[in-house]
Amino acid sequence: MNKKLVCEFENLVGRENVMAEQADRQAYSYDSAVLEPVVPALVVRPETSAQLGKTVRLCNENGLPLTVRGAGTNLSGGTIPAAPNAVVVTTNGLSGIIEINSEDMYAVVEPGVITAQFAAAVAAKGLFYPPDPGSQTVSTLGGNVAENAGGLRGLKYGVTKDYVMGIEFFDVNGELVKSGSKTVKCATGFNLSDLMVGSEGLLGVFSRIIFKLIPPPKDSRAMMAVFDSVEKASETVSAIIAEQIVPCTLEFLDNFTIRTVEDFRHAGLPTDAGALLLIEVDGHPAGVEDDAEKIRKICEQKGAGKIQRAGSAAEKDLIWQARRDALPALARLKPTTVLEDATVPRSRIPEMVKKIRDIGEKYHIDIGTFGHAGDGNLHPTILTDKRDKDEFARVEQAIDEIFEAALAMGGTLSGEHGIGLAKRKYLEGETSRGTIRYSRRLKETFDPVNILNPGKVIGD
Amino acid sequence: MADIEELVRLLKELEEELVHCTRCGMCQAVCPLYGATGRETDVARGKIVLVENLSKEILDDPEAVKQRLDRCLLCGSCEAACPGGVPIMDIFLKARAIITGYLGLSPVKKAIFRGLLSNPDRFDKLLKWMARLQGPFSRQVSETLGSSCARFMSPVIGDRHFMPIASEAWHKKGHRQFLRPRDPGLRVVFYPGCLVDRIFPRVAEAVMKVLDFHEVDVFAADRVPCCGIPALSAGDRQSFEKLVRQNMDILDSLDFDYLVTPCATCTATIRKFWPAMIEAGAGGLTGEIQEKVLAASEKTRDINELLVDVLGVQAPAAPASGAKSLTYHDPCHLKKSLGISRQPRTVLAAAGDVNFAEMREPDRCCGMGGSFNLQHYGLSDKIGQKKLAAILETGADTVATGCPACMLQLTDLLSRGGHALAVKHPVEVYAEALQQRPGLQKPVDAQKPGNTDYDKATETYR
Ligand SMILES: Cc1cc2nc3c(=O)[nH]c(=O)nc-3n(C[C@H](O)[C@H](O)[C@H](O)COP(=O)(O)OP(=O)(O)OC[C@H]3O[C@@H](n4cnc5c(N)ncnc54)[C@H](O)[C@@H]3O)c2cc1C
Ligand code: SF4
Ligand code: SF4
Repeated sequence: MNKKLVCEFENLVGRENVMAEQADRQAYSYDSAVLEPVVPALVVRPETSAQLGKTVRLCNENGLPLTVRGAGTNLSGGTIPAAPNAVVVTTNGLSGIIEINSEDMYAVVEPGVITAQFAAAVAAKGLFYPPDPGSQTVSTLGGNVAENAGGLRGLKYGVTKDYVMGIEFFDVNGELVKSGSKTVKCATGFNLSDLMVGSEGLLGVFSRIIFKLIPPPKDSRAMMAVFDSVEKASETVSAIIAEQIVPCTLEFLDNFTIRTVEDFRHAGLPTDAGALLLIEVDGHPAGVEDDAEKIRKICEQKGAGKIQRAGSAAEKDLIWQARRDALPALARLKPTTVLEDATVPRSRIPEMVKKIRDIGEKYHIDIGTFGHAGDGNLHPTILTDKRDKDEFARVEQAIDEIFEAALAMGGTLSGEHGIGLAKRKYLEGETSRGTIRYSRRLKETFDPVNILNPGKVIGD
Repeated sequence: MADIEELVRLLKELEEELVHCTRCGMCQAVCPLYGATGRETDVARGKIVLVENLSKEILDDPEAVKQRLDRCLLCGSCEAACPGGVPIMDIFLKARAIITGYLGLSPVKKAIFRGLLSNPDRFDKLLKWMARLQGPFSRQVSETLGSSCARFMSPVIGDRHFMPIASEAWHKKGHRQFLRPRDPGLRVVFYPGCLVDRIFPRVAEAVMKVLDFHEVDVFAADRVPCCGIPALSAGDRQSFEKLVRQNMDILDSLDFDYLVTPCATCTATIRKFWPAMIEAGAGGLTGEIQEKVLAASEKTRDINELLVDVLGVQAPAAPASGAKSLTYHDPCHLKKSLGISRQPRTVLAAAGDVNFAEMREPDRCCGMGGSFNLQHYGLSDKIGQKKLAAILETGADTVATGCPACMLQLTDLLSRGGHALAVKHPVEVYAEALQQRPGLQKPVDAQKPGNTDYDKATETYR
């Protein structure tokens, strides 16, 4: 990038917040998706909302593609710069929690606030922010909104979009757009906040977000149930829901994952089990005890081999350790981990798990599947080595087939990781040609020069 | 070396370790440096990518990579939290060694590592000479802490509040031979490490008192060669190996059960980096010495670990009633490198009569990071301020920590803030209790080698 332009950015945000050296830029060429890196021309780190707006404007004026980056942990390539002349704008200099209002139960934050730190600050005020993506200790709230991130508590508490009350964002001219409000009801103007949720940096750059907060549950119970087949585990899930009990978490581990976790932790998990369900209910103490007992009975009826209820907080923690270990344990098996999030209606889980297993066998690759059984959001995790060209080609074919299968079962491409670069080729398959044309026209209107994360989601 | 092809070839040897980084970014959560700067090149993920890019010739600026690798506390927080199990510390140290080999050591570092550190006699003389100068050039600022500040703005010391160098290294008087012929009792080689030997001799004294109390037969050498970590972190493999050899010269002729140190960094270096660098091969530590180094490394224990896991020191059943209150900072090299966090707390509890107040995030790095503090004092201080706030929140009168390097940093932070808290090693607190209450029980079930297990920390689901 030419010196003069770099100087202009430096004047905007300060010298220390502009990275132009090659070594620095290379560290912003990737995110957590398994894709080829692209090195940006410049990295800019605004520290105030005004600087953020002016940075967007300067990019637009100079026709520079702009990619906003939170923690860079998305799994679909959303923060890989679009082209070598791109500017990456990081948001971790905008990390203020502006307000947590206990009376009206909302919070106002800047986009770079870390999810778990926000949840902890909210909890300290006696309230609850439920979305808990597995990456919450590092992910930013801006990234969560832009990907519509989910988490373990999705079934009962919903996902990020269910907590967004309002968003302030910059359009490409650096003009501030405000939508939504701090009130529960709001019928003022277009509902632009909802348009921003899941927009993956293509439609605007968030500078402030208003989140809804709720009262925390008073009590909870956790248990682990062991099944000899995925079918039985899945029937159990359906039966629990049919009983009108909505657990806050309902997680599933397949046999491959169980064995891997056991190898990793040596904690005595049943390695011959077909599936494990990890279940937690929360709410009022009396109701919780009741629900837990009902669930235990259902598990028993459906043929659970063993049911283990957590008595103390420590025991509860140990049950969840198995779920927390799933990804680290799998990731250690091979150098490359491809974590997918194909999602099916929950009744189709056994079919989908079987299909994934068949696909793994067909292409001779290792796939461990775990995930959110309650909402059908599975994480088929492919373990491979991207240096092995032949195997990686088979992995790519397998991924194609996994998505095909999910769509054939009435599911969706992405439960929570977004489309980005990784899944854009499948988008038309789930939607329609018209959807893509419509979305492109929409983007053209907001972003005529096409600087906002071009090429992602809907292509160019 | 000075040949870029050779640089690339050597870096490629790290490929099998590098390739396990999945770029998940989870290391951002724990990196104290990234927490202070928000720069991707400061966190492990970014550094790993730079090393990888250099090895693939995507990046052709070894100097730039080295600068960014050097901005690191080597605290190991990232490695302890990494879901992929990437051996990050190994990668960092090896990459530093390889790139430094290519670029050459800076003249100042060369003078320090080759001329001084690996020449203990000369080092001792210099320090003694410096200790004499301290009087005229510094003044004591805190009686509780025993810290000083430089009278004249010195370019090296800046406005640090540092601990004075002892007028004589501890080992000069403290060295001793095993007292008894080999019997069923425990035989321990005591290795104070440079910082305890020269800046905190009182910790060495405390260790001796405690080991005497537990009737352990102790050997302490009449010289203390550095464990090698400063050289290794500067990428000076040659000096590192020389230092390991000097230590092995002492250990070679001895028959002992454990090598014990009160320094978290020395313990972690000997336990983890000595074997890692040997296994990395290509260096000068090959042949017969290899086995010996591995054996010595296996026998190395942190003092708290020895007291609790081997000598059976226990916390009393009754809670403390004393007026004093105490908190504990987990040195990264004890907790994150070796999984030792329970034992020092047990030692403190065993001292009785102190109310223990756990601080917020006790295992958050204090920002010292050895030479990091010297090179990046501003950043080190920024990280340290968080620790200081956590310590002060507890309202404790004493902060204990199991590493003399952390003790230095905490002393500097407290002293500059004008806070009159004492900084102590857990073994000092325990030794003081022995002195004040001679009736303190000695456990009887001392164990012989083979019973401590670094992986015991691994919990089960039941
Ligand atoms: C180990 C691991 C576990 C994960 N678990 C989960 C999980 O359980 N559930 C889940 O949903 N996801 C999960 N993810 C994926 C990822 O963490 C989420 O997508 C998260 O929301 C990304 O946040 P981030 O701050 O890293 O955003 P980034 O990756 O930096 O950015 C994501 C997208 O948001 C855009 N963006 C960021 N900030 C702004 C802004 N201010 N304005 C406009 N656009 C913006 C970017 O341009 C990009 O398109 C996981 C990832 C990893 C590595
Ligand atoms: S936590 Fe480990 S695997 Fe993940 S990015 Fe950091 S170094 Fe790589
Ligand atoms: S060793 Fe410490 S400072 Fe260095 S990258 Fe890891 S966590 Fe950060």
